[in-house]
Amino acid sequence: MENATREWTPSPDMFEPVGVMTQEADRISRPSHTYFQDARRRFMENRASVAGLILLILFVLLCVFGPLLVPYSYNTSDLSSANQGFSAQHWFGTDELGRDFWARVWTGGRMSIIIGLLAALMQAVIGILAGSAAGFLGGKVDQFIMRLVEFLMAFPYLVWVTLLMLITGAGFFPMVLALTLTGWLSMARLVRGQILSLKNEDYVIATQSLGADTRRIILKHMIPNTMGVIIINMTFAIPGAIFSEAFLSFIGIGIKSPMTSWGLLVSMGMKQIYTYPFRLLIPCVCISLTMLSLQLIGDGLRDALDPKLRR
Amino acid sequence: MLKFILRRTLASFLMLFILVTATFFVVKLLPGSPFTSEKMQAGSKEILYRYYGLDKPVWQQYFTYLGNLLQGDLGVSYKLRSVSVNSIIASAFPYSLDLGLRALAFALTAGLILGIIAAYRRGKAMDTLTMLLAIIGTSVPSFIIGFFVQYLFAVHLKWFPVAQYESGWHTVLPTFALGLGMLATIAKYTRTSMLEVIQSDFVRTANSKGVSKLAIVTRHQLRNALLPIVTLLGPMVAMVITGTFVVENVFGIPGLGRHYVTSIQNLDYTLVLGLTVFFAAFLVLMNLLVDIVYKLIDPRIKLE
Repeated sequence: MENATREWTPSPDMFEPVGVMTQEADRISRPSHTYFQDARRRFMENRASVAGLILLILFVLLCVFGPLLVPYSYNTSDLSSANQGFSAQHWFGTDELGRDFWARVWTGGRMSIIIGLLAALMQAVIGILAGSAAGFLGGKVDQFIMRLVEFLMAFPYLVWVTLLMLITGAGFFPMVLALTLTGWLSMARLVRGQILSLKNEDYVIATQSLGADTRRIILKHMIPNTMGVIIINMTFAIPGAIFSEAFLSFIGIGIKSPMTSWGLLVSMGMKQIYTYPFRLLIPCVCISLTMLSLQLIGDGLRDALDPKLRR
Repeated sequence: MLKFILRRTLASFLMLFILVTATFFVVKLLPGSPFTSEKMQAGSKEILYRYYGLDKPVWQQYFTYLGNLLQGDLGVSYKLRSVSVNSIIASAFPYSLDLGLRALAFALTAGLILGIIAAYRRGKAMDTLTMLLAIIGTSVPSFIIGFFVQYLFAVHLKWFPVAQYESGWHTVLPTFALGLGMLATIAKYTRTSMLEVIQSDFVRTANSKGVSKLAIVTRHQLRNALLPIVTLLGPMVAMVITGTFVVENVFGIPGLGRHYVTSIQNLDYTLVLGLTVFFAAFLVLMNLLVDIVYKLIDPRIKLE
């Protein structure tokens, strides 16, 4: 066999031109991925983030359907069956007024998660508006907004929230309002920074010199390129708002009984740590795991949406 | 340098002044009077109003308050009528300061060590463990950590006292609860900053020059990696302050944070105002110190 290979001698008539097909050369043979398809693939490869996502979905499902699974509402008290332990009738037992604790935990979870989502959303809206105003308009507007942000950031935001809550009084909407007014700062900073750096990117300047109008630059370059950081920031804002809710309800100026929330359940459970420790531990575990899952998702999203930041 | 310190100090005072003004008027805006909830005789309300100077117009009250503040007088509590806010702070601040310093010391030592080990053992078990701890520490609120350790180690295992703040034994659980969040942040930052330094050119140069391993670690790596950690100290002070609000309540420690929360619950507005001003002054001062120290130790930062 080896000899046969050696004796092989090429001659011109063994070859023929393949021909150059200019159109074929430029053809993209693989389907191209958009930025978000790419990000989704990167996110799904991150095991911790997927675990976080599954955990969060589980908690959201429990909050949505949990209260429907039992024939009690969070507010039906039945003093004859107060302070019961875990049983087939009352899965998590009952509290000191005989209210079903399972129903209270998941109704409270609805409240906490809705406050978290709503506050994060409103913070994002205000932050984006303020940040893009500062970034685009520059000059006096920029100066004013950034000084304000700097000032508000100099002190712990919980102090601001507490003061605001004292003015508006306790309750759901006052709390969302207070969290919105104090939580937009980091988003504003981020969006402003992003816009300022995009403004000077070569491709934006190139688009501009090719005659694109401001609208096109905003829609095609600014928004898609800022979307990533906005989403990441929002994911981290949700646990922040859930924590604030828990804190405010804990010190007694957040959600008030008979309505319920995880923070309120923790604050009521604290008084029964000796007698009924599970009433403290269950809402504590719920808050911790929800915040943990959001943190993991946020970390994953940061790696997926902003590969430059990856370490 | 002197010019920089002077300018930063002036800016801090201006900030503090704006905050005092804002907080003062916020407290004035609060609905209802602090005495509405109490039943009292016809004339006593007027006497109380005169006692607190509430019968005068608001702007006059404001300037009186500013004047008193400049002399270091924060007024008298609305609830405990013979107790001044100053004396409340004087009796409560040592507790918070002690707890805060312990938590900070715990967080700094453990956080730095964990961060450094994680960076050297990148991708190994110790690194994963540290990062796990960092995620838990940053995502679980301090009062929940407080409840967990309180229930597990004090109520269930009875290793530590449940509440109060009397002996060193009492301080262990609150210190852990307050410090864990900071520890997580410090460990995370240290790890990132160490990784950056380990891969830097000057370390490669030192290596190729044949500098000893020990000298590289101490002189080149740690020194440069720990610089950015100093900037964390400012936010850390803020974290300690808000942390004490809840941790002191969980463990029944008679510190400033506990007084702040009770003053909110009691609508004791002079105390709310006084404590807010005190926290703010403390925070501004600490940030100023951190800024100055950072400029001093890092010559790369230009003095603007």
